Order: sequence, then C-alpha cells, then structure tokens
Amino acid sequence: MAEITFNDIIKPENLAYKRSKLMTDNVMHYCPGCGHGTAHQVLAEVLEEENLQERTVGITPVGCSVLMYNYIDVDFQEAAHGRAPALATAVKRLMPEKFVFTYQGDGDLAAIGTAETIHTCNRGENILIIFINNGIYGMTGGQMAPTTLPGMKSSTSPYGRDVSMMGSPIKMADIVAMLPGTCYVTRHSVNTAGGVRKFKRALKKAVQYQNENRGTCFIEVVSNCPSGWKMTPVESNKWLEENMFPYYPLGDIKVPAE
Amino acid sequence: MTEEIIIAGFGGQGVLSMGKIMAYSAMMQDMEVSWMPSYGPEMRGGTANVNVILSDERISSPILRSFDTAIILNQQSMDKFEKSVKPGGTLIYDGNGITRHPERKDITIYRIDAAEEASKLKMQKMFNMFVLGGFMKVKPILKTDYVLKGLKKSLPERYHNLIPKNEEAIKRGMELINKV
Amino acid sequence: MEKELRLMKGNEAIAEAAIRAGADGYFGYPITPQSEILEYLMEANPQATTGMVVLQAESEVAAINMVYGGAACGKKVMTSSSSPGISLKQEGITYIAGAELPCLIVNVVRGGPGLGTIQPAQSDYFQATKGGGHGDYHLLVLAPSSVQEMADFVELGFDLAFKYRNPAMILSDGAIGQMMEKVWLKPQKKRSEEILPWATTGKPATRERNIITSLDLDPARQEKFNLKLIAKYREMEENEVRYEEFMTEDADYIFVAYGTSSRICQKALQLARAEGIKAGLLRPITLFPFPKKRLNELADRMKGMLAVEMSAGQMVEDVMLSVNGKTRVSHFGRMGGMIPTPEEVVENLKSFIKG
Repeated sequence: MAEITFNDIIKPENLAYKRSKLMTDNVMHYCPGCGHGTAHQVLAEVLEEENLQERTVGITPVGCSVLMYNYIDVDFQEAAHGRAPALATAVKRLMPEKFVFTYQGDGDLAAIGTAETIHTCNRGENILIIFINNGIYGMTGGQMAPTTLPGMKSSTSPYGRDVSMMGSPIKMADIVAMLPGTCYVTRHSVNTAGGVRKFKRALKKAVQYQNENRGTCFIEVVSNCPSGWKMTPVESNKWLEENMFPYYPLGDIKVPAE
Repeated sequence: MTEEIIIAGFGGQGVLSMGKIMAYSAMMQDMEVSWMPSYGPEMRGGTANVNVILSDERISSPILRSFDTAIILNQQSMDKFEKSVKPGGTLIYDGNGITRHPERKDITIYRIDAAEEASKLKMQKMFNMFVLGGFMKVKPILKTDYVLKGLKKSLPERYHNLIPKNEEAIKRGMELINKV
Repeated sequence: MEKELRLMKGNEAIAEAAIRAGADGYFGYPITPQSEILEYLMEANPQATTGMVVLQAESEVAAINMVYGGAACGKKVMTSSSSPGISLKQEGITYIAGAELPCLIVNVVRGGPGLGTIQPAQSDYFQATKGGGHGDYHLLVLAPSSVQEMADFVELGFDLAFKYRNPAMILSDGAIGQMMEKVWLKPQKKRSEEILPWATTGKPATRERNIITSLDLDPARQEKFNLKLIAKYREMEENEVRYEEFMTEDADYIFVAYGTSSRICQKALQLARAEGIKAGLLRPITLFPFPKKRLNELADRMKGMLAVEMSAGQMVEDVMLSVNGKTRVSHFGRMGGMIPTPEEVVENLKSFIKG
C-alpha cells in the first residue's frame, strides 16, 4: 500500500478553516473551552481580510484578556482597568486614519469603566468597542460581575446574586444604544459555528462604519467562563444558551440607517 | 520706581479690569508689571481686590501686605485696607456708601466722588475709569495715550466704540479728585 | 514670526505656549483655579490652525487616560488640573511612568487635603516629587515662579519628557495661575510629523508590533525594569538639575523656596538685607531632580537654611537630606490657601537666627 502523505489528506481545495496569519505562535493562557480564544481568532481574521494590520491600534483591558497583545500581531496599548475607551478616544482623535478598537470584559466595561464607556459612546468616537460578557470576573477567580445573572453564584455572591442587595445585571448594549453617538450596537456569541459567522459579519460591518466615520460601534459577545462558572466547557455552553441568552438576547439592537 | 497698588471694592465695580488696564498701559511704557487678583466665589457679588505692581525692575513678590497706593471703593475694603497703606503712602476713596471715613494722619488721602458723577452723567458702566483718572492725576505714572491703548487691548472689539467715552471719564476723574 | 509680548494669566500662558510648542493634544476637566487653560484652548480652537486636538473629558481619570493613549502614539499630549483632580489622575500617571511614555501634566496647586480650598498652596510637593501613585517612579518636576516660566516650561517640559520618555509635571499654584504678568511668547512651531519607533501607530511589515504596557508578570524581569527606571532617574539627577540663586555669595543664611514662595522670599531678602541680615535665596527650578549637590556645597558656608513653603513642611525634608546635617535647617510655612507675606518671612528668619 502506498504511503499516504499529509498533502494527500489535506488538499488546498479541501481547506475549510485556517488560522489567521495575524495570530502569533504564543500559547494562549485561556482556559479550555473559553470564548476569548475564538473571539481573538475571528477578530484576527477580519483584521487580516480587511488589510488592517498596518493601521490598527488595539487597546486591551484589565481582565482575562489583559495579555491579548501577545496573541494578535498588531500594535497594542494596555490600559488601566476600565479606561480603554479613554485611550482609544485619544488615539482616534490624534490619528483619525487608524482603525481603533478596544476589547473589554464585563468588569472592565460595565463596572469600573462605566463612565468611560458611556461618555465615549456619547461623544460618538469613531472606534469599535468589543465587549466580552461572561457574567463573572474570570481573572481574579470568579467574583460577581455587574452582568452576573440573578441568583447566580460567584465567590462574592456565594448564596447567589440577590438583586435586592446587589442590584440587577446591567445591560450595557441596551444602554449605549440609547445614545445618539453610537451607530451600531449588536449582541453575538461565539459558542457555535453559526454564532462565529454572525460575529464575523458584525465585525466587518463595524470596520466599514468606522471607515465611514459613522460613530461608535459596540459589539457585545455573550460568552462563557467554564472555570468561573465551575462547569465543563460543554456544560458551560449549554448553561450559556439556557440562562445567559434569555437575559441577553442575541441580535442587532441598533443599526445605522443606510 | 516701584508702585505697589491695591484696588478693592465690590465685585462688579470694575476693580479687576481697572487693574488690568493699569498693567497693560505700564507694560506698553516698558515697565514690569504684575496683576494678582483675589479669586473665587467671594468675587460673585462680594468683595474683590487686586494687587497691581508697576516697576522699572524685576518684580519680586506679587502678593503684598502693604501698599504705596490703596484705591478703596467700599466700606468693607476701607475697614480692611486703610491700615495697609505704607506710612507716607496714598489712599484714594470714593465717598459713595462710606460711613466711616479714613482717619490716618501719616498718609495722603484723596476723595473722588466717582460713583455720584458717573450716575449723574449716566456713565455708570465707566465708573472705574473716573477712578482711574483720579489715580493718574495724583500718581502721574501712566500716560493717557498708553491707557487708551491699554483699553483697546483689554476691551473686546465690539466695545471699541466706547473708548472715547472712557477717555472722557478719565479726564473728568482727573478734575474730580480732591485732597482731603 | 517674531516673539510676541502679551499680558497674560499664568493659566492662559500655559495654554498659548502649548499651541505654540506644537502640542498634538490637550485633554482636561475643569477645576478651579486652572479652568482658564481649557477655556483658553477651546476659544483658541487650535484644531483649525495647527491641528492640535482639545477635548473636555468626562473626568480627570478619563483625561489622564486619554493622555496615556495619545502618548503611546508618540504624540505631544498634555493635561492640566488642580490638586483634587491631580489625585484622581494618579492611577493614569503611574501607568504612564510604568509604560515609559512622555507627556506633560500641569498641577495648579490649591490648598488641601480633600476638597480643601481654591486658594494657592504648595502642599502637593510630596505627591509630585516622590511618585504620587503606586510603585517606584518619579516625574520630572518643573516649578515656575512667573508667568513667563509658565509659558517657557511647557516646551521645556515636553522636551525633557521626550528625552527621557518620562512624564513631566509643571508644579504651579493658584497664585501663578491667576496672576497676570508680561510674557514673551515664542513663535509658532509646527507639529512634529515624525513617527517614533516605539509608538503604536499601526504595524508596518518592516517592524515587530509595538506594545505599550506597564505589565510584566515575571518578577525578575520587572525588577530589571525597575533598575532601568532608577538608572534613568540618576541620569536626570546628573543632567537636568536647574536652580536660581539670589545673593548667595556673601550670605550667612539662605531661604530655600520655589514658585510663589520664592517670589515672596525675593522681597523678604531685600527687607532682611535692609536690616543688615546677610540673607540669600536658592530657588529650585526642578523639584525632581532636586538641587541636592548645590545645597550640600552651600551648606559648608551657611549658618542656616530656612525652607519657605506654602505647606506644613514638605520640601524641607529634601533640604535636610541634601545638607545631611552640615548646617541648621528649619521650615516656615503658611497653609490652607494663605500666602505668607515678605514681612512674616523676615520675622521668621529672625527667630530662626536667634535659634
């Protein structure tokens, strides 16, 4: 029997998926099953396909994705907790020809950085805000986030989030959609192939809108945290669909008039 | 020559702008100048004062406790600053609303009823220019030409048509001031 | 274009000098006694002429982080505030120092602690010179004592900040901010179009990606970075110490005072000399690096040094460290927005001399 080589199995015409050239070789520190890795890959694909590497400045947050700059091969600034939109504001104002995005978690964007988020959107800065909402503080070990669901347990809500004491989970996308400065506000997921495709399309729209100076684009990704939620990846995805999606329904919240 | 001046009165009497015009004019006469206002909420309707220094030399402290000349435009300022005039110095005051007149014997005191005159001539907005005229008469440091140039610099363009009126007020102030 | 003579408030001079120095951006939030800086810039609208960006941020915190973002692009950016606002900015300032970015921060100091007063003070000396935020770092601190220096130190501050890739601060106070004096303004400089090699301006194929961060999770590498910072501060101490002396040649006693206090001491000096006291003055212009060496030299022939500050006694500690016990050192200060008078300073010098 003739020997079968790698190229016999993986023929270029059969290529269905490949890693973006903008992903670096660094080994990711994310937990198995975490949505961050997928979101990074999709973002890298869009930056590559839209030829944006040379004019992209990304702003990373404090949270699990603090080291995002290790994984995507573009220029990055690492912000203080919650302040990414302030940095992005200055970068875009000083260099309007650049493509500027922030990538922030729920603690960063919806708790400590609420003021920056609201005011950056209100000024209608021509930037893209990517908001990863997994309802928990992953990096610091599973504390309650502003987006933690009612009754959901975390290390700082060990009996479940009591909304009478701890407030209700905050829907940032709906809040910023009310501001005239935002042009595109949409909610997505990356836990299924279909979700990934939709997220990618949303990112491409955001690139287009930023090129057209239309205002702030805000893309929320409702995601999972197997470690923080203390579940297997498969369980966490099921929980995501059954619990997070009903509270944070996927789809467009605000789209620009054509 | 160094002239250390305080102008004190109510906010709205033009205390700060009178000081500013003095500083502008002196600057155009190639002098060193400093203008140090009291600032903050006390200025809103309360008392306002400004320290102005005009000098041929580099100015050291812009903040002073004793003055060659005090220009006093209300009773509170009289109570506060009469004692701050250096012995041998000058005190200029507007008699309007003054219930306790200055009493010191070791300084030269001038009175100018500028408020009364300004109101008589319906030139209340130029009250401070009457007072400035009085100062220029008794302390001939600033030249009228430069003061008018200073006015031009410190007034917004839309008020430049009022400069002749201001000049009139300065001239009238010069006549109005009297040694007590 | 020629130099231009104007009568300006210190705050206005800073704003105008920033435009003329070719600054790329100003980000601020109003607070008394320095709001004229933002007001002046908004009215001057340099975006339309030089292209300088001026933005009123939603908070001091946002403003300093805008400065961080702009500085990370290699741009000449600045912010200004007064004491309570500078406290809010400290997080951003330590990140900027940690990421080794150049920028200019102006503090028009008012009395504290807390909301304090809006009147002038010098009670933020420790905060300005010893770090201010967390971690081992220093700002380059310039202390203007006139409106002219308010203008001049904008360009100097930017130059030093870029030379050392370190944030620089102009430590002023409400008196100099609000006071009007003559000021010679330099001609308009063009904004720089240079793309700095370390700046995040988009990665071309010709270089590795630039990452601006203050994070290093490896303690050994972080310590190496700390040592690098220390070496940079030593270099500043070697090259950038600036001060001015008044009648120190034959003096028995000197005042050590910066900013507004140094102006008051110039007058006090004349009053003291008139009474036969051989007084002098050393005015530190850079507060970090501090003129340690010069004070140590002067200590050899001085009977004493009196630090005069509008604070409870902050710079006096650096004077003591500088002279290292060689001569007597004491402090006189007023606080809470009170400004000492020259006469008061002389009285204090006299009682200091008596011992």
